[in-house]
Amino acid sequence: MTIQTPNGFSLDNAGRRIVVDPITRIEGHMRVEVNVDAQNVIRNAVSTGTMWRGLEVILKGRDPRDAWAFVERICGVCTGCHALASVRAVEDALDIRIPTNAFLIRQIMAKVLAWHDHVVHFYHLHALDWVNPVNALKADPRATSALQQSVSPDHPKSSPGYFRDVQNRLKKFVESGQLGIFKNGYWDNASYLLPPEADLMAVTHYLEALDFQKEIVKIHTILGGKNPHPNYMVGGVPCAINIDGDMAAGAPLNMERLNFIQQKIQDAFEFSKNVYLPDVLAIASYYKGWLYGGGLAASNLMDYGDYPTVQGDKSTDRLPGGAIIGGNWNEIHPVDPRDPQQVQEFVTHSWYEYGKGREDVGLHPWDGVTDPHYALGAGAKGTRTNIVEVDENAKYSWVKAPRWRGHACEVGPLARYILAYAKGVPYVKAQVDDALGRFNSLAGTALTPQQALPTTIGRTLARALEAHYCAQQLLDDYDALITNIRNGDLATANVSKWDPSTWPKEAKGVGIVAAPRGGLGHWIRIRDGRIENYQCVVPSTWNGGPRDARGNIGAFEASLLGTPMSNPEQPVEILRTLHSFDPCMACATHVMAPDGEELARVTVR
Amino acid sequence: MTAEQAAGQTGGRVLVLGIGNILWADEGFGVRVVEYLAARHDFPAPVELMDGGTQGLYLLPHLEDLAGLVIVDAIDFGLPPATLHQVHGADVPATIGARKMSLHQTGFQEVLALLDLRGHAPRRVSLIGVQPVTMQDYGGGLTERVAAQVAPAAQAVLDLLAREYGVRPLPLAGPADMGAGLMTPAVARAPYEAGRPDEQAACRHGDERLLARLGA
Repeated sequence: MTIQTPNGFSLDNAGRRIVVDPITRIEGHMRVEVNVDAQNVIRNAVSTGTMWRGLEVILKGRDPRDAWAFVERICGVCTGCHALASVRAVEDALDIRIPTNAFLIRQIMAKVLAWHDHVVHFYHLHALDWVNPVNALKADPRATSALQQSVSPDHPKSSPGYFRDVQNRLKKFVESGQLGIFKNGYWDNASYLLPPEADLMAVTHYLEALDFQKEIVKIHTILGGKNPHPNYMVGGVPCAINIDGDMAAGAPLNMERLNFIQQKIQDAFEFSKNVYLPDVLAIASYYKGWLYGGGLAASNLMDYGDYPTVQGDKSTDRLPGGAIIGGNWNEIHPVDPRDPQQVQEFVTHSWYEYGKGREDVGLHPWDGVTDPHYALGAGAKGTRTNIVEVDENAKYSWVKAPRWRGHACEVGPLARYILAYAKGVPYVKAQVDDALGRFNSLAGTALTPQQALPTTIGRTLARALEAHYCAQQLLDDYDALITNIRNGDLATANVSKWDPSTWPKEAKGVGIVAAPRGGLGHWIRIRDGRIENYQCVVPSTWNGGPRDARGNIGAFEASLLGTPMSNPEQPVEILRTLHSFDPCMACATHVMAPDGEELARVTVR
Repeated sequence: MTAEQAAGQTGGRVLVLGIGNILWADEGFGVRVVEYLAARHDFPAPVELMDGGTQGLYLLPHLEDLAGLVIVDAIDFGLPPATLHQVHGADVPATIGARKMSLHQTGFQEVLALLDLRGHAPRRVSLIGVQPVTMQDYGGGLTERVAAQVAPAAQAVLDLLAREYGVRPLPLAGPADMGAGLMTPAVARAPYEAGRPDEQAACRHGDERLLARLGA
């Protein structure tokens, strides 16, 4: 049966149903079901978060100043984003302005996290959707060297001997038969298009990225006091500054440590420029005909905006927020996370209930409710404990469906980049135009931003560009921090409202962060010094949520429609597009995964 | 004895790493064991204690080129609930991968593989684990029977450090800070468990399908 969704998609569930559960190489747990037609083109898609989400409820009654330490424990990936959103929400509720040093140090912490997350995502979680490591064993290292020098002449590691060493290491690792990271791929699938020399280049950089990513997080150890689990603090940052101090354990931030931070930022900038971005462009050029996966990105996009140069002044956001609706890049709607009519969550198709007669209402997060209600629809196949097929006409996911003024929107680096490009942010405009120029020249195409960006490849490219922009901003934030310190300002915390006796009886606030996966918001209500209600609306909820009361589909579901599969038994194309969102279902749903196999189980009916 | 001399005795750094998600009842066992150890003993360099939480790749910088790695975790060994069990050497990554119960264990098996691929694997690896009673109690602390295994597991870590590395941490003279310097006091075991909202306010159940698979 074919149905038209209000947001412009056509769904047909007549063909064979393919169930992929779990989706691998993501945090958390999700399942997707699609229907393919006789030509194996996806015509219906159903995204299910398979774990209960309950972070909010365990915070009830706790001290708001401690909430960050709990939300930091949700999962192993974007811990710092949640901690930051949490302290910002509390500061917003209590009207606390943090010192300039704290503002800048938090900017640095957030962008180090974004840079690290993007690099790890591309090389560790996403590259294997495009790159075939087994094929890399067949490469001629001289051809890889030539390719490297053509796509990135500034990268020093490019000799044939270097690539031969890596290839030998890889061979030894594969031959030792270890339970490796490269196990369980679909390496004979026809959808892998890279020549062996490009596969070897990408695998080599995968190893370089691993060597490198551990260096950048040392900045978190210095500024956050410790790593893993850096410390955050309502009112500022928990590190003191004494520019002439020594390096004794626990000593304040001094010039030597600041110089170390500057060096790591510079290295990150070089890595983005010489390795990450050239890799994405080179790989994309071999997949120039694979322009699927756009979905909602071609029409509706949303972000709250972040990375201001002046604390509290949204007009200085280096990645400005807004909403684009209906693909009209000429009109950017302002987004206000406090307006009860704008951001709302629906649970018509989610395993929660808002109470009798309120099945189809949308609730603003300040008034959000997280009461679980697990029930299968009449059309579901299987049992409550072993679902064979969900019924998407009923409740089918543990993820809620957030909407902006009723519109399903895609969030993430691609949304931020299209918004910034459409707004004409000079740095972003130059980046996008340069990257597309290089892509078109490598691929022999003439794609416009409107054609190239709302695609799976565009999503992956936007992340690489954002990592590079973050590194540039880190250099600028570092300079601003040094200037502020040199001007004699050493304050790192505002403790004037630390004591709950200074707080109003009731307060509410919102904390917004440009998290690596998209706009993140924490909404808090405080009463009598304790948390009364807490709601997180996370990026993977926007992207991975189910249908809403009116039948609008979300970004994951929309992105899969129209994609042809080489072999429905091997869901390479599904994984490729879903991974391009960098889904993190751990906080969209929550953390526990079953004792499932690493290889996605695929069922075709 | 200087840290360098001590490192010479053990052949390098030895890390005792507790992993797991403290928000999921017995899943927090590993973290609570290192918290317990840190509150009672002084671990001189080159031995370090770490609360690894659910962190995966963020742990890499701390895990390179270790003389020894001692992992403490809750693992589905297929043993009776609350049983302590030890695994050593090459069996560790296989055990963590094959018997994984929670998200972080997939990540951790990969972390070990990536150390190996890049030539930075620890020279010796041990795993001291407990068979959890339940992990379905969201927001909960350790169950009574698993909590009773914290002290024996801590003793097993001390025995292992003495036996394998010749290291004998001395008891601390006075009481340690809440969280023992490993974690922020708000999520230390006692305040975490005492501050829990009641069941009326906070649903504690997971997904029936998972519960069925876990036999909980």
